[in-house]
Amino acid sequence: MTANDTLQLVLYLAVLLALVKPLGAYMSLAFAEQPNALTRFGAPIERALYRLAGVHVDEEMDWRRYTVALLAFNLAGLVLLYLLQRAQGVLPLDPAHLPGVRADTAFNTAVSFASNTNWQSYAGETTMSYLTDLLGLTVQNFLSAATGIAVLLAVIRGFRRRNAATIGNVWADLTRATLYVLLPLSLLLALALTSQGVIQNLHANLRIPLLQAPATVSAAATQVLPMGPVASQEAIKQLGTNGGGFFNANSAHPFENPTPLSNFLEMLAILLIPAALCWTFGEMVGDRRQGWALLAAMLVIFVPLAVGCIAAEQAGNPALHGLGIDQHASALQAGGNMEGKETRFGIVNSALWATATTAASNGSVNAMHDSFTPLGGLVPLVLMQLGEVIFGGVGSGLYGMLAFAVVAVFIAGLMVGRTPEYLGKKIEAYEMKMASLVVLIPCALVIVGTAVAVLLPAGRAGLGNPGAHGFSEILYAFSSTANNNGSAFAGLSVNTPFYNFTLGAVMYLARYLLIVGMLAIAGALAAKKHVPESAGTLPTHTPLFVVLLVSTVLVVGALTFLPALALGPIAESLSSVVH
Amino acid sequence: MMPSPLRTELAPALRLLLVLTLLTGLVYPLAVTGLAQVLFPRQANGSLIVHGDTILGSRLIGQPFRDPRYFWSRPSATANAPDNGLASGGSNLGPTNPALRAAAARRIAALRAADPGNTAPVPVDLVTASASGLDPDISPAGAAYQAARVARARGLPLGRVQALIAASTRSRQLGVLGEPRVNVLELNLRLDGRWHTSP
Repeated sequence: MTANDTLQLVLYLAVLLALVKPLGAYMSLAFAEQPNALTRFGAPIERALYRLAGVHVDEEMDWRRYTVALLAFNLAGLVLLYLLQRAQGVLPLDPAHLPGVRADTAFNTAVSFASNTNWQSYAGETTMSYLTDLLGLTVQNFLSAATGIAVLLAVIRGFRRRNAATIGNVWADLTRATLYVLLPLSLLLALALTSQGVIQNLHANLRIPLLQAPATVSAAATQVLPMGPVASQEAIKQLGTNGGGFFNANSAHPFENPTPLSNFLEMLAILLIPAALCWTFGEMVGDRRQGWALLAAMLVIFVPLAVGCIAAEQAGNPALHGLGIDQHASALQAGGNMEGKETRFGIVNSALWATATTAASNGSVNAMHDSFTPLGGLVPLVLMQLGEVIFGGVGSGLYGMLAFAVVAVFIAGLMVGRTPEYLGKKIEAYEMKMASLVVLIPCALVIVGTAVAVLLPAGRAGLGNPGAHGFSEILYAFSSTANNNGSAFAGLSVNTPFYNFTLGAVMYLARYLLIVGMLAIAGALAAKKHVPESAGTLPTHTPLFVVLLVSTVLVVGALTFLPALALGPIAESLSSVVH
Repeated sequence: MMPSPLRTELAPALRLLLVLTLLTGLVYPLAVTGLAQVLFPRQANGSLIVHGDTILGSRLIGQPFRDPRYFWSRPSATANAPDNGLASGGSNLGPTNPALRAAAARRIAALRAADPGNTAPVPVDLVTASASGLDPDISPAGAAYQAARVARARGLPLGRVQALIAASTRSRQLGVLGEPRVNVLELNLRLDGRWHTSP
């Protein structure tokens, strides 16, 4: 790592952490049950939206009704997005005259955007009309993030409430998350990004002559500049931990991410809400230290992995030795492994982004992970496999981490022989069963999915690279979709019926089975009475608990995935040392 | 038949979906479009380099160059043609894939053929494909490596070419962010004496 690499990493973490409390406090106002200055200010707009939609936000829902309503809302969004894609050819706002999207691709994309995964088996610039971008993809960018926040709010109420039968009103939670948090932040970020050069228009693509006319007649003498409403989608794509690119190259595309400053803002937006929600959580459960402890556990895993990824990429690619290439960092170049990276971002911003986007379940990329060094590419793979709880998705990262916290206090309870408690609630067999399912379902989907794909010719058909790296491509695809991340080792050709259907199913199960499990925990916790702290209570805001939590996350991840990782990136790394 | 609780919730779900779709899918992006077109019209429309009625390119989108008289951009792995604006993306070649080493060797051979006698090690960005396939920049090292070739091909003093490189170079933004870089299209337009009107 160079001195500037370190400086940019430190600056990023400092700005992120400085924003945790202000945004966390703002969100705790937005989601407060008691009226306050913010919600009074927004009340007229809220009421208008509720009246327009004809939903009743005063009635409390038990966990089953909350779950059914949330699943219905998501299913409706998924179906709408599917229909929009299929019908876009006959709908307006399609200046490039793109036809309706193929059924298997449209299914995959609808599940992908509704489930906050934003895995993309298609190339944006030649597949989606502007109308689909606006009314379909942008909308699901918002609503899938709002869904994550809604589930988190329900779980928080589970801890707050005593002997209660209900966990809130889902329509109010979805609307407030959208109106108070996601919309205003997106509007600010979209304009900031436009100032840097992210495009925002509804023009048709522009064909221009190339400066150097090609030597042969057959070569293209012109270039097409793609256009479109990019900034509005880019902003919520990052803030909502979505990650689906307007263009195929995602945030490596200069029209999505034109400058180092736009890159910094987008990278900040990736972790901003998940980090700040830790503070909101602490505030809402009545003990801010609890939120800081969860954030600390996330940072303990994040920082070393970021450093490892930057160092691996900065060291360059040994396979290019002996050709007369200068891979050393200097005042005149970033050096390092520059295959699949942009000059303006260099090594540190590409590797740091890769770490942030897979720590959060964002999945947008500003560099091509498939071309990372074996160990540099191991970092994003591992972060996804840890269950997307190191920051994780908006809402979903924190509720996933809370499932791990439940497991951790349960293990601690077994060790000292007492009934485990967390935040004043007894953790019993039911919560423990649900938390285990939440932790283990994505693991099972990754392992079983990868095994099936590797065994079937249709799964092996699309490999973009030979050997151990090819296996890593498949492992990455299932790790990404089963944890609702959405980034890819993009050499694998996944726009096939086999991958569109299997990965679509994996994304759906991973997202919604976990939501049902977490809401079941929320319902069970809300019904319990409060247990006062006693001498036997394990405090959950201490460094000891942070270590216990981090260990739980790492042990589950390592036990599940080490064999698979050994066959992929570890084998590739060892073979490149041997050669 | 659907279970009845789902049926009960589906109607309000659908209505709220439609209302929030209008808010986030229509009101929000159109508001951003309107504000962007007023506040940052040049950026919102693609940072185009315009001379009179002619669009010379976008400052943000790289173009392919193979003439020794021009500075060459990063290699591009886009489909059908390099720097294809409708097929952004990288090579996705894995680090140990023999095809990656072969591609680098080919690019070195092309650079050396255009500049015989230049035995300096080649800066890595000139022989590796960018992530977008549209990278508008090369590193200052990549520009310095090509300066003598361009000066010779154009019959210009080296110092003049170096001055044009310096004029097309952006240092780290705000002093820390990103990497120093040279905009290739801007530099080549300066060489052609066509960089007058633009930002």
